[in-house]
Parts: sequence; structure tokens; C-alpha cells
Amino acid sequence: MALINVENVSFSYDKKIKALKSVSLSVERGEYIAVIGHNGSGKSTLAKLLNGLMIADDGEIIVDGLSVREKKNLFEIRKRVGVVFQNPDNQIVASIVEDDVAFGPENLGIPRKEIGERIDFALNAVGMTEFRKSSPMRLSGGQKQRIAIAGVLALMPKVLVLDESTAMLDPKGRQEVLSVVKKLNKEKGVTVIAITHYMEEIVDADKVIVLDGGEIKMAGTPEEIFARRKELKDIGLEVPLSSFIAQKLIDLGVPVENVLTEDGLVEALCKL
Amino acid sequence: MQIIAQNLTYIYSEKTKSLAVKALDNISVTINEGEFFGIIGKTGSGKSTFVQHLNGLIKIAKNKGSLTVGEYNLSAKKCDYKALRSKVGMVFQYPEHQLFAETVFDDVAFGIKSFMPSLSKEETEKRVKNAIELVGLDYEKLKDKSPFDLSGGQKRRVAIAGVIVTQPEILVLDEPAAGLDPKGKREFIALLKSLHGNFIKTIIIVSHDMNLVADNCTRTAVFGDGKLLEVGTPKEIFSSKEKVKSLGLELPVTAFLTQELDKKGIKIDSDLTTQGFIDAFAKYYFAKKGLTPRNDALKGGNDL
Repeated sequence: MALINVENVSFSYDKKIKALKSVSLSVERGEYIAVIGHNGSGKSTLAKLLNGLMIADDGEIIVDGLSVREKKNLFEIRKRVGVVFQNPDNQIVASIVEDDVAFGPENLGIPRKEIGERIDFALNAVGMTEFRKSSPMRLSGGQKQRIAIAGVLALMPKVLVLDESTAMLDPKGRQEVLSVVKKLNKEKGVTVIAITHYMEEIVDADKVIVLDGGEIKMAGTPEEIFARRKELKDIGLEVPLSSFIAQKLIDLGVPVENVLTEDGLVEALCKL
Repeated sequence: MQIIAQNLTYIYSEKTKSLAVKALDNISVTINEGEFFGIIGKTGSGKSTFVQHLNGLIKIAKNKGSLTVGEYNLSAKKCDYKALRSKVGMVFQYPEHQLFAETVFDDVAFGIKSFMPSLSKEETEKRVKNAIELVGLDYEKLKDKSPFDLSGGQKRRVAIAGVIVTQPEILVLDEPAAGLDPKGKREFIALLKSLHGNFIKTIIIVSHDMNLVADNCTRTAVFGDGKLLEVGTPKEIFSSKEKVKSLGLELPVTAFLTQELDKKGIKIDSDLTTQGFIDAFAKYYFAKKGLTPRNDALKGGNDL
């Protein structure tokens, strides 16, 4: 059985505009799913429904066999599905980094010794160990976001939902977080649902879901999705820059193979 | 207005020794009128601290260097900050979070009320209308609406209208494209380009997006640990992968491709803009194959 099952889910904020219209998808254990779509496409609404921060108007969401609709399940569901949002300032609660990371496990009643180990693990995973005793308020935006991610990792969730969590990081910070997320996915089997605007970030996903106007417009492998540049552009999305360059060269009459990554493009250009 | 910083140094919490952080360390740089100037560097490198000096949000301490912006000497004892701030517009990250007034009109007009209180009602209205139209919004339709009822993209535009309403000559933007989707970003860059060259003569942009910098900036400064590491054209700055990596940055895609191709013996010379690279590669390819490019081929596209 799939780890997360979303069936015909609809949601509206004010009973007028539907943010999600009958969305269905399933997420298998260990999958790396990317969700893309422009602002207002329903991506973040979906993220908030997955761990019961909001409840769908219609349809059903089942996480690890538990219905999000049942209030008594929410505690268990939130242990399994950790969400990291875009703005770290809204997610940090304590005045010392380690206290902030400990906040989640403390609330779960984890023994003190294990909390210490979880803090070690989580801070190490986001490369912030040296800031353990620092005040989050004195960290830069990117560093704060890594602390917010550590706070979620400390809950040892089965599913990590990243709602544009790298949007405010610098390239190096983003690389670090991405490689951490990929590592957690590959080595620890953490299921990842990454909501992003960065087309470069979805190249390695197992499956890409494209949302537009609250509906799933496309779903498939990154290769399948990016071959549809025209359609993506029509809904306000883009292909990765290397793919864009390849397609522009093709337009000019240079017979290069269309590729998704920079390394792939170098190889394709050398073949000419 | 030219910006000249000399030996600019800034230390946060200097008086509390244990918390003191040297955010700027001896920065000397000149930014000329007319530039589209990029400021890059990893988080915590001093970029934001530097730009907050440019309109006096952060004041220069004694013996910590000098800074002049046009005729304004910010390191002098007396400086007319009000006048300066009407000339140097500052747009922060998520500018839409700074909206506060009841109507779009009042929000945009706030800058005039604070910096140019003597302006007549008619002139104020004219300027507000102009600013709202410059950012691509419909004045009549939006002026009486609450800014909080607008979409994210519209809010951001209203916030920028509120900054350019005083007709600044220099517009400073700190990570302005953060959180925008690809389409929003493309439109935003187009907006900046359309603003550059009217009353706004100089644009200074802090960004983590190397592709944006390579595509748009005349020159760019690289900050690292509070120091100014380098200033140059994108082509100069991104000339070596090792160097850029050591600065904690990435190469723009065009520079990466150029350098990797170079290793394979393929020499492509371009200004590192996306279109520049595409054109240069196509030229190389057609020359190598002895082909004549299609007539329209090398003129460049316009859907970047």
C-alpha cells in the first residue's frame, strides 16, 4: 500500500476560489516526488493538507494507513510527515539553536539522552553543528532555514515535505540542503515531497507533478515533463536553463540532443 | 550619482565584545551612474550590510571609512538623510511584507508624504499614478483597493511603486526575485530593465542567482566574510571555476558550459549572457561545419 494516498481532494479558502480541484496522487515509500507549479497553483495548499494543518473539503488523504480527517490521528500523522516552509523566521521558536531543534522531540516525550542524539544527527545533517549554542536570531536567513530543517529532521519523519524550503538559501546553502535531502532519501529511505520553483532541483526526482489552477496538469519523469517546454511555458513554468539552451540551439538549426543537465549538455555539444 | 566607498568597515555589536561581528571589512568600491551592478557572495558575507549603508540605514561609525553617494557625504557629521533616501530607493526581500496602508494609493504615496511633504496634492497624485503605471499596474482599478486584497505579484509591484514614487536615481534591490516563480521572475527582470534608464539611472541588485547576474549586470562585486573579494564584469568574475567555487558561489550555466567545452578543445567566446552563449556556439558550429546559418539564425531570440 502506498505511504500517502490522496484521493479526489478539493479545497477552497473562502468557499469561492478552489485552491485544489479533485487532486489524486499516491506516494510510495522511499520515493522522491517533486511538485511544481506557479504561485497560486495549489502547491502549498497540498503541502498543508498532507499533515492535517488544513482539512480537505472533499476527498480523502491517507498517510501510512491513517486518515487525516480523523482528529485522533493527527498527532501520529505529524510524527510521520514533517513540513518545512519557506520562511525560516516563522518556524523558529527558541533562543538557542539546540533548544529549537529539541522542541519537536521534547513535545513527543522522547527521553533526554535520545534528544541529544537527535540534535547531533539533525544539526550534522544540515551542516550546522558548530552553531549548536548560537542564537538563531543572529544567523543569516539561509542558516536559519537549515535550523528549521534540522528541527523537522529531529522528529525522524517518514516523509519530509519541503515547501519551497530552499527558496531563500544561497547556491551553496541550497546545494547543501539538497544533498542532505537526497542523502536522507537514498540512505535512510525518507520519502521526500519537494515543492519548488527551481527546475534544476527536480531533475533527480523519481516523479514530477505539475499543478496548475489547483489541478494536476502533468505527471511523469523529469525527462517526460521537460520535453513539453511549450506547455510548461503556457502555465508559467520553465525548463532548466541547459535544456532551454539546447532547445534554442535546435531552433537555430544546430542539431543538438535535448538534455536536462549541464553535464549532459556539455557532452551533447561535444558530440556535434 | 556616483557611489564611492572607501575603506568602509562595519562591526555589529561592537561595544559588546563577545558578540561583535565584523560585517564589513575595509570595503573600497566605486559604482558608476548608469550601471546595472550586481552584488554576490554567500549568505553572511556582508552584502546586505553594505547596501544598507547606501541610503544611511546603517550609519558609518567614526574612523570606519567614507561613503559618498552623488553629492551626499554619508561619513560627514551632517548628512540630509531625507533627501538622500528620496534619491536612493531601497527594495528589500519580500517587499510585499512592508505594505501597511488601507489603500494602494496611500501606500504608494507614503514615500512622498515622508520625504517630500511640500509636494502639492495634484503633483502627489500625478507621481503616484505614474509610479503605479510604471510597475505595470492599472491605476484606476487598484488605487482604492486594499493592498492586502491583491495577489502576491501585484503586492510586490505595489511595494516597488512605493519606493520609486520619489523618483530615485538609484534603486537598490536586496534579493528581489526570492520566492517568485519562473514566470514572475521573468516579468520582474523585464520590469527592472524597463525602469532602468528613466529617472532610475543606476540599479544595484543583491542576488544569489548567478544566471540573473550573468544575463543582466554590467559589473558585479563579490563579497566574502565582509571583504570585497573582486569587482568586474560577469565574464571576468566567472572566468575560473576553481576561483568561483572558492568564493562559495556557483558558475552561471553559460560560464560552466564555456569552461567545460574549453577543456574539450572547443573555444566559445561570449559575454556569458544566455543569448550571447547561444549565438556564439551557433557561430562556432556553423563555421566548423562550413555551413551558412539561416538568415534569422544569429540575430538572437527574444523569449529569454
